[in-house]
Amino acid sequence: MKKILLFILVSILFSFSNVSAGTDGENSLSKNDTKQVKDCFEGLNRGIFAFNQGLDKVIFKPVSKVYRSLPSPIKTGTSNVVNNLSNLVTVPNNILQGDYRTAGKNTVRLLINSTVGVLGLFDVASAAGFSDYQKEDYGQTLGAWGVGEGCYVVLPILGPSTVRDATGSLISMLGGDPWYNITVANDTQYVNEADYYVSRVSSAVDFRAKNIDSFNNLEKNSIDFYASVKSLYLQDRKQRILNSNKIIDTQDDSDWEEIKTN
Amino acid sequence: MVYRIKFFKLLLVLFVFLSFTKSSFAVNPSEFVQITVNEASSILGNNYSKEEKINKLKEIARRTVDIKGIGYYSLGAYRKNISEDKKKEYLNIFEKYFLKSFSSRLAEYTDPKIKVNSEKKLNQKYTMVSSVLVATDDKPEIKIDWRVNTKNPDNPLIIDVVIEGVSLAKVQKEEFNSIIQNNDNNIDALLLSLKEFSKE
Repeated sequence: MKKILLFILVSILFSFSNVSAGTDGENSLSKNDTKQVKDCFEGLNRGIFAFNQGLDKVIFKPVSKVYRSLPSPIKTGTSNVVNNLSNLVTVPNNILQGDYRTAGKNTVRLLINSTVGVLGLFDVASAAGFSDYQKEDYGQTLGAWGVGEGCYVVLPILGPSTVRDATGSLISMLGGDPWYNITVANDTQYVNEADYYVSRVSSAVDFRAKNIDSFNNLEKNSIDFYASVKSLYLQDRKQRILNSNKIIDTQDDSDWEEIKTN
Repeated sequence: MVYRIKFFKLLLVLFVFLSFTKSSFAVNPSEFVQITVNEASSILGNNYSKEEKINKLKEIARRTVDIKGIGYYSLGAYRKNISEDKKKEYLNIFEKYFLKSFSSRLAEYTDPKIKVNSEKKLNQKYTMVSSVLVATDDKPEIKIDWRVNTKNPDNPLIIDVVIEGVSLAKVQKEEFNSIIQNNDNNIDALLLSLKEFSKE
């Protein structure tokens, strides 16, 4: 049943977009794709965005403030544990994107931090030279394969996404995330459903706490906060898919060509 | 004869001096960015009141940022369809909006350390300068790229800041375009929002 559902979802997704197979992660489609991502459900998205903001004000922001006041070792430990768990999704995606070298490196990271680093509490791997860790997910892999974003969507609680990225999250839940598989999908005697949800909530609170000032600043200085968040999300995802440090890959230069300046 | 040699020597010295002086006016984009961020950083790290900081940052922005260029860019395709009078009105409001938004965003930071690493000339008009916001105990290193307008090499101007791949000018452009689109493509709605924001 899960396989059928996954097939249907991926089919819908592919119908939204162009696909170019056999790419190298820095495919020409992504580099040159400057067309706007459609906000097909803007009214609904704005409604969910407002709901999420309300939820953030009542729950996530206050919790993040409390979290931020905790002693540094607790925050670092939490951040390390959730980062270490994210390797379980990053490694298969490194492989799917053909980046075997990074997959190997991240596997070593995971092994070192899960053992010597006491279940990920200490980031021993970074100290040992495995420092430049970048998360990957199934949405990024679909993007690296040339799948377009599809429509922009705002998900309740989870926030900004696209049809492609939401499909990526579904793939995680339908067997792509080993941590989900051993906690929620198949309870084992060591870990259970609660462990999964605690790890997800911790990850969200950790992220919110780290960005509390930036979000406040952005909200205060935006005249359309919804549009700002959408732009930030879409640009950030594009950059993550490109996996590039090149400074000119982020924009279409023709955007600037006809600007009269000085 | 001796006077003639002295005269030629003097001419030579003058020539070298003038050539040096002339070339020193053409500012290297990397140096320009480093000097600008150092200046802003020293203001942020000083014991000025928030009001004083904002005013000093605004003054730096007027000198070093291509506010008009960002204003045009932020309008996107709409800049092609508006009258000259409307354009003037927009640019006037935009400058006030930009300076308030820019200084208010920066004033939240305390003494940021930015290190310029390299630059890449994109074309005659633009150079990208690459830098990093140096990591602190609780914040990781952040990559910041600066799009510098070098159309006039003697007076380079910052026209965009790209933080970890996210262009702030593009965010602004999409924000402005969203407001116009959601108001039946009427630019007056944007002008109203900008005026509201810029109110002291």
